[in-house]
Amino acid sequence: MLTTDIQNAKVVYERPEGFTDLTTHYCPGCTHGTAHRLVAETLDEMGLREHSIGVASVGCSVFSYNYFDMDFVQAAHGRAPAMATGIKRVFPDRAVFTYQGDGDLASIGMAEIMHAAGRGENITVIFINNAIYGMTGGQMAPTTLPGMKTTSSPNGRDVETQGYPLRMAEILATLDAVSYSVRRSLHDPANIRKAKKAIRTAFEAQRRGLGFSMVELLSSCPTNWGMTPLDSLAFIEQKMVPAFPLGDYKVVDAVKSMKMKEG
Amino acid sequence: MQTEIIIAGFGGQGVLFAGQVLAYAAMDGGLHVTWIPSYGPEMRGGTANCTVIIGDEEIGAPLVKHPKAVIALNLPSLDKYEPLVAEGGALLVNSSLIDHQVARADVRVVYVPANEIAERLGDKRLTNMVMVGALLAATGALDMQVVKSALKAHLPAKHHKLLPANYDALDEGAQIAREALAQAV
Amino acid sequence: MAKELLKGNNAMAEAAIRAGCEAYFGYPITPQTELLEHMAARMPELGRAFVQAESEVAAINMVYGTACTGKRVMTSSSSPGVSLMTEGLSYIAGTEVPMVLIDVMRGGPGLGNIAPAQGDYNQMVRGGGHGDYKSIVLAPASVQEAIDLTVLAFDLAEKYRAIAVVLADGSLGQMMEPAELPEMQPLRKGTPDWAITGEPGRPRRLLTSIYLQPEAEETTNIRLQRRWLDVEANEVRYQETYLDDADIALVAFGTAGRVALSAVRQARAEGIKVGLFRPISLSPFPVAQIRQLASRVRSLLVVEMNAGQMLDDVKLAAQGACPVEFYGRMGGVVPLPDEVLAEILRVSTHPTADLNGHTRAAWLDRLEAGRGGN
Repeated sequence: MLTTDIQNAKVVYERPEGFTDLTTHYCPGCTHGTAHRLVAETLDEMGLREHSIGVASVGCSVFSYNYFDMDFVQAAHGRAPAMATGIKRVFPDRAVFTYQGDGDLASIGMAEIMHAAGRGENITVIFINNAIYGMTGGQMAPTTLPGMKTTSSPNGRDVETQGYPLRMAEILATLDAVSYSVRRSLHDPANIRKAKKAIRTAFEAQRRGLGFSMVELLSSCPTNWGMTPLDSLAFIEQKMVPAFPLGDYKVVDAVKSMKMKEG
Repeated sequence: MQTEIIIAGFGGQGVLFAGQVLAYAAMDGGLHVTWIPSYGPEMRGGTANCTVIIGDEEIGAPLVKHPKAVIALNLPSLDKYEPLVAEGGALLVNSSLIDHQVARADVRVVYVPANEIAERLGDKRLTNMVMVGALLAATGALDMQVVKSALKAHLPAKHHKLLPANYDALDEGAQIAREALAQAV
Repeated sequence: MAKELLKGNNAMAEAAIRAGCEAYFGYPITPQTELLEHMAARMPELGRAFVQAESEVAAINMVYGTACTGKRVMTSSSSPGVSLMTEGLSYIAGTEVPMVLIDVMRGGPGLGNIAPAQGDYNQMVRGGGHGDYKSIVLAPASVQEAIDLTVLAFDLAEKYRAIAVVLADGSLGQMMEPAELPEMQPLRKGTPDWAITGEPGRPRRLLTSIYLQPEAEETTNIRLQRRWLDVEANEVRYQETYLDDADIALVAFGTAGRVALSAVRQARAEGIKVGLFRPISLSPFPVAQIRQLASRVRSLLVVEMNAGQMLDDVKLAAQGACPVEFYGRMGGVVPLPDEVLAEILRVSTHPTADLNGHTRAAWLDRLEAGRGGN
């Protein structure tokens, strides 16, 4: 008979304190849940959960405020960095972050993200790039790959008329006031661990007042991509990573020299 | 009872400041007053004007069609406002820059060589104060001493060394207006 | 404090500071730019937040962020900029957070011009943004009143968790008048119990304008409408001049109200029994007062610097109790007292008999005839 020694069992995986008890509304295989968990774990580990203010955006993550157990506001589409500016400027000692998708950040909210970064607002931006509009049902995003079929590019994104994807981590890295701009991926455990480390670095940079930090996360959308969850992870690795190379596009010296407790 | 004054000229002739001096003096004298500039593209070097309305009760409209007095510092201003001065009103003409004679016979006209006087007093920026002096004498809108006190009270201390010249400019303008209007009677 | 000679834009900015405004976000636009510039100089020296935003869209969303923290916050703009802000205004109304907006109106539609106008009445009074919400709209007619209403706007915005608008125009923004500023108020300590502050040791708070269940959204709407009934009951403001024995009552707000006052005085000097009703709160609108006025005068004459945006509200309030006449100038043209006097004389000698007469068509005919070759 198999017995379990509860007394001496070691907890190796649990719900972060930064989460509420709700079950997310995300589709099976979507990596939003993974990204949420990384943010919640990081804020727990840094002891920031009760000192954080999150800014939700418009898109599938519109309800992210339901899942994080901390103060949250809900921004208009694309305007999360402006709203975060308004909060951070009057509460500079809080950890203020936005959680935005690609349509929100790189299309309708392009002005707000560029200028928040240009001002060096001391906020952290978690940017979910899944190359598609999820909430409205699979339309072309500013990050949709060339040739990729969506409901608004039914014959595949034609670069002649619909242009090329925007690489936000690289674009933001060109701005003087940005302290940290990197891209990671959520398609396998090794990359997820790297993503978490980057998120930690971004919040540490904010805690030390080093200025604007952003982590772009390549993510899956099995439903709108029309794939199984596993195939969608393979799609990230095989199609998205070549188009959106992973890496550190800007890490200022002050961030490089930060000493962090390993999370 | 209210007096409407329009001061008009080129940008840089001290049009707006001259109006503000009157407004400060009116306020210090316990009167109601509004000062409103023409604003916008015009302020970039073109013509500038401001309207000052001084009254003994709450001022209504900040702009009027027929002002009781006009200071015209240049020809375009005279062309624009000569037809508009109220009947019996005062038209103060900067004759240093305007060689036209006023055609209207139903207004009191004073020609003031304001640029020459200002330069003789040592600073061509005093042109506007010469004209203000003439306006005061021609209209009695405000007491000269109140205007001088207002200049002292509201000019930043670092400019106070310019006060005597400003007082002279006001007095010379007033003197010319008194002489001109005495002749006209 | 003693009276100072103050420009409207600077006076409103300083009044906001003294009312305890802790954050200002704005974007340059004539004729309100001095307001932004005043804030740019003063807010940092007081250790308060100032950001020149990348657009009015960003500015209003920065305001939204600070408003969610419960701290006093404002922005200012002029007509086209306010159009850009209407998205954010709807969100702020839907989230029930307080803010102050100063709109220094200019000529429109479109890019228009920078001259004084009152073409934003509909945009501000009737909501502007999507959905059912109302903003408190206060219309000053002098620099002193602009100061007083700016301070009041912060109090009302907080009291009703609503948007409070000070609806000025280019002439009020650019005009200088003697006025008295209030004493500097100490900043409020603490924050309201709904505010997002990231404060440890209490249950988390959430501020949003999304209610996916229609019934929940309806509940929010009911709350907003109930609250507005309180605003209507408590916050109507207006000024009456020479109305006691008046046969004709002019109805005009802001700068048009000042012009009307001059015309009324001239008409009184000619023996015409005419007075002025000047709404100060455009929203809530003084409906009962105008209804009562309409029942005791022979005619109402509405004067505006637009094509009759408030006219509709006056007609609704008058409920046909007397004819409602109209005179307006548009596109940044400020009416002169002589024009309004001519209208008073016309109404006094040829009163309109038809309650439903073609007011706008008749007005346009007169306006075009009066403009001659212009």
